[in-house]
Amino acid sequence: MSTPAGISIEFANVFYRADGSRDLISDLNLTIRAGEVFMLLGRSGSGKTTTLKLINRLLTPTQGRVDVNGTPNDQWDLIKLRRQIGYAIQEVGLFPHYTAAQNVGLIPRLEGWEKTKVRSRTEEVMRLVGLPPDQFSDRYPSQLSGGERQRLGMARALAADPPILLMDEPFGALDPLTRARLQADFRQLQQTLHKTVVFVTHDIGEALLLGDHIALMEKGRVRGVYTPREFLNSAEPHVQEYLEAFRVNQQILRSEQ
Amino acid sequence: MSLLEFFLSHNREIGSLALEHLWFVGVSIVLAVVIGIPLGILLTRRPGWKPVVLGGSNVVQTIPSLALFGLLLPLPWLGARADRLTITALTLYALLPIIRNTFAGISAIDAPVREAAIGMGLNSRQLLWHVELPLASPVILAGVRVAMVITIGVATIAAAIGAGGLGELIFRGVAMVDTNVILAGAIPAALMALFADLSLGFVQRVVQYPKR
Repeated sequence: MSTPAGISIEFANVFYRADGSRDLISDLNLTIRAGEVFMLLGRSGSGKTTTLKLINRLLTPTQGRVDVNGTPNDQWDLIKLRRQIGYAIQEVGLFPHYTAAQNVGLIPRLEGWEKTKVRSRTEEVMRLVGLPPDQFSDRYPSQLSGGERQRLGMARALAADPPILLMDEPFGALDPLTRARLQADFRQLQQTLHKTVVFVTHDIGEALLLGDHIALMEKGRVRGVYTPREFLNSAEPHVQEYLEAFRVNQQILRSEQ
Repeated sequence: MSLLEFFLSHNREIGSLALEHLWFVGVSIVLAVVIGIPLGILLTRRPGWKPVVLGGSNVVQTIPSLALFGLLLPLPWLGARADRLTITALTLYALLPIIRNTFAGISAIDAPVREAAIGMGLNSRQLLWHVELPLASPVILAGVRVAMVITIGVATIAAAIGAGGLGELIFRGVAMVDTNVILAGAIPAALMALFADLSLGFVQRVVQYPKR
């Protein structure tokens, strides 16, 4: 499969404020390297999703700039920019009136690919994410399980082979077993695809498992960027807070055994 | 003379009045769809116009149908021909349900679905054709269905200004105090409404995508 190397993303002094509210994002500086999985970790309301939407310009910074592949993203043609970026959000973003195959094939079709090519690519990515096309092509999203819907969302995001993937809590609504399986599959997939992935999560386990880097966000600011190892060994109080919560649960479990 | 005998002996007249009736309704619905759906879409893009457009068509809807015909009568170009006036009045009546349902159908689309579509790089025309209209179509069709039934009923009033249609028989029957004549107009109109309702209901089910 063709895999254009991922491309980089850079936030430089970015502020974002919705009309008439406080700053949702303050002084954000991030460097996301080509081909890495970059986790945005934080609680609800910490600005993770907002940060993600600043990349594909669903939101525009009030100050500062976001570079995609070295070019400020407001100098990109908007539609062209977004077609470079696969976008997968919690299961609800699928088109309910399209079958699985139509969901996956939409962007390639709009890009003007030939019918046979759209079809072969659709089948290819569906296989890639673990949805055998002969079984799933003609099903509607409502006829899929939560995990299958999530896989379909992945397939759709990958369809036009974009160098960047934005994933907004893609596994958040799944049961733990399904989630673990999708996380494992995602890890494996990324080892062959090498996309630049920006991944929003509030699950510290997920962040440690999948991320090359983890940015810890709080109240619209980045408190620090760590590799998983650095994160685990960090003595910083806000990191400790997270690890504490993570460990306490495990200790409770152990003590009860 | 029994009702059946009346139908048989007047079948030509009833038939041609029914065709006239159908013509009024058909033209008005087509016009209302052509005007109403774009207006409904416009409202989703410019919500500020909502009070004017929906309010305006709401006001039209509250005018009693006989009065609306009367009010349009003195207008220069419209009042000149009864069929012109009839089609205008019927179109005005049919507009509200179509505009309102188009707007409501598109507005009811899940925000994440729309956001995913925009985030994936659909431009606003593609968003409309690939996502918004298909998803809203059952609701829009429900609006057309209501408009159709209303229009078939209101079209009987057109006879009051001499435009013809099945109302002709109803008005004549009322004047003659002859139930057969009234029914000769009322039954075909009712059947027409019923048929329109059923067939659009069928189309509505066909365009409905599977829900969970």
